[in-house]
Amino acid sequence: MDSFIQQLINGITLGGIYALIALGYTMVYGVIQLINFAHGEFFAAGGYVGVIFLSFFTGLGYMETHPIFCLTASFALAMMYCAYLAIGVEKIAYKPLRKEARLAALLSALGVSIFLSNGLMLTQGVYDKAYPSELFQGGFNFGIITIGYLQVLIVCLTGALLVALNLLVFKTKIGMAMRATAQDKTMSALVAIGSNNIISLTFAIGAGLAAAAGIMVGLYYGSVRYDMGFLPGIKAFSAAVLGGIGNITGAMLGGLIIGMVEIFGAGYISGEYKDVFAFIILIGVLYFKPTGIMGENIDDTRV
Amino acid sequence: MSAQPILELKNVHSGYGSIKALRDVSLKIYPGEVVAIIGANGAGKSTTLMTICGIVPLEKGDVFYNGVSVKNIAPEKLPPLGLCQVPEGRRIFPRLTVEENLILGAFYRNDKPEIQRDIEHVYSLFPVLGERNRQKGGTLSGGEQQMLAIGRALMTKPKVLLLDEPSLGLAPIIIHQIFDIIADINKNQGTTILLVEQNANLALQAATRGYVLETGQITLEDKASSLLHNPEIRKAYLGE
Ligand SMILES: Nc1ncnc2c1ncn2[C@@H]1O[C@H](COP(=O)(O)OP(=O)(O)OP(=O)(O)O)[C@@H](O)[C@H]1O
Ligand SMILES: [Mg+2]
Repeated sequence: MDSFIQQLINGITLGGIYALIALGYTMVYGVIQLINFAHGEFFAAGGYVGVIFLSFFTGLGYMETHPIFCLTASFALAMMYCAYLAIGVEKIAYKPLRKEARLAALLSALGVSIFLSNGLMLTQGVYDKAYPSELFQGGFNFGIITIGYLQVLIVCLTGALLVALNLLVFKTKIGMAMRATAQDKTMSALVAIGSNNIISLTFAIGAGLAAAAGIMVGLYYGSVRYDMGFLPGIKAFSAAVLGGIGNITGAMLGGLIIGMVEIFGAGYISGEYKDVFAFIILIGVLYFKPTGIMGENIDDTRV
Repeated sequence: MSAQPILELKNVHSGYGSIKALRDVSLKIYPGEVVAIIGANGAGKSTTLMTICGIVPLEKGDVFYNGVSVKNIAPEKLPPLGLCQVPEGRRIFPRLTVEENLILGAFYRNDKPEIQRDIEHVYSLFPVLGERNRQKGGTLSGGEQQMLAIGRALMTKPKVLLLDEPSLGLAPIIIHQIFDIIADINKNQGTTILLVEQNANLALQAATRGYVLETGQITLEDKASSLLHNPEIRKAYLGE
């Protein structure tokens, strides 16, 4: 039972991270019907920008004196960097292909993914880069289960980001414009909504959330690696498909489910197969219900 | 009639790649007018409106709004200038609510209290929209969608309103209601209206002047009342 609760908490932590990444896939798909295969690289880049700044702050000793400032700054810088990176990628690699067959942009996305991943390897090296290890030691003790401070931070921050995103997409005018662009770009233009700006914004938000997830993973597992975007990328993609691609609530739910299944599968079935569960789910969804759990019948939370 | 047209097409050619949908179309619309374009299926009526709005690319010729060429202006920059279209098929954002659709009509505006007032004004023109303000646009009936499309366009504060077949698929009583509102918008708000219709009778009764479009070319231009009594027109478009 104690181990069950512990696993549940671990599952929520991991699931929240997948949810953050999955949103980028689902939002971009919702707005321009592209599976952005380069999305995992924004996650990796975020992890690297995070480790660079957190190490820098730690070196200066600020991490001791101003931990909240250092964390906030590192998250903000990583998210901004990845947002601009994604805007650039879209302008260079996807926008010129918007009128072509969908396969063209898909292949371009694969190319961008390889390019960015290799760029990280060339500039940051092939080995793991360690996060400052003294961050967030310890946790809350409840008898036999422990919730690490770091886990609390990750879950709270993830929750805050998910709520903020929902408010943005479903309660603000710019969110309405984003949903309108997803639904009818010509009509959007006829009411003065510039789809280029909205598409840029969509990429920026998706990449920003992925960058935040990248730092969280770096903090959680203690290090980052240039190819770290690959597996979480396809798992989060599976989560987006499971939730119903294009559906925001679906991506959040899908992320949580994939995270849970992975943790419980590893705990109760086999740790060796932990990476397999997401793909079993992906294949199952594609086979039995390709529209996903929040698919087209519950259309309220599609972008 | 004032000297300068508020909207003018000069020798416009446009189309879809190899399909030349408009050939040498010239139109002049003066402030305060209601002008109708009538023509059969595929004549190029919708293409004319989409070319004015920059959605279908202009191949030759030019479009002037208030005397200024708009051919190099992006489509989304036109509503803030006062040029707005209610497209064929209404194109309501189906997964946005009625109210959200209206708010997006005012996307470029920041005058919040005034936007709220304008929403109330739309609800007073079309009370059914007020009753259904939280309903998803896609679940409205055809007539309600047409009302919402016109309401959404009014939210852009148009000086020139382009209407593409507002009567399409609607019951006579609803058509009547909608054309009353169109006349009201023209009279009371001074909005210039360019009306595209297959229903020539209806359009020519609502309009002051009319153009006849046949396979991408303007073949006739006259006062609406004259067109209505023109035997050729009665034969070709009014089923006589
Ligand atoms: N997206 C498109 N791609 C290719 N050809 C098109 C496209 N849209 C319209 N056309 C062609 O351009 C011509 C003019 O079409 P348009 O829609 O402007 O006619 P219309 O007068 O509005 O007809 P209707 O009364 O049926 O709405 C037609 O021959 C049509 O087939
Ligand atoms: Mg048409």
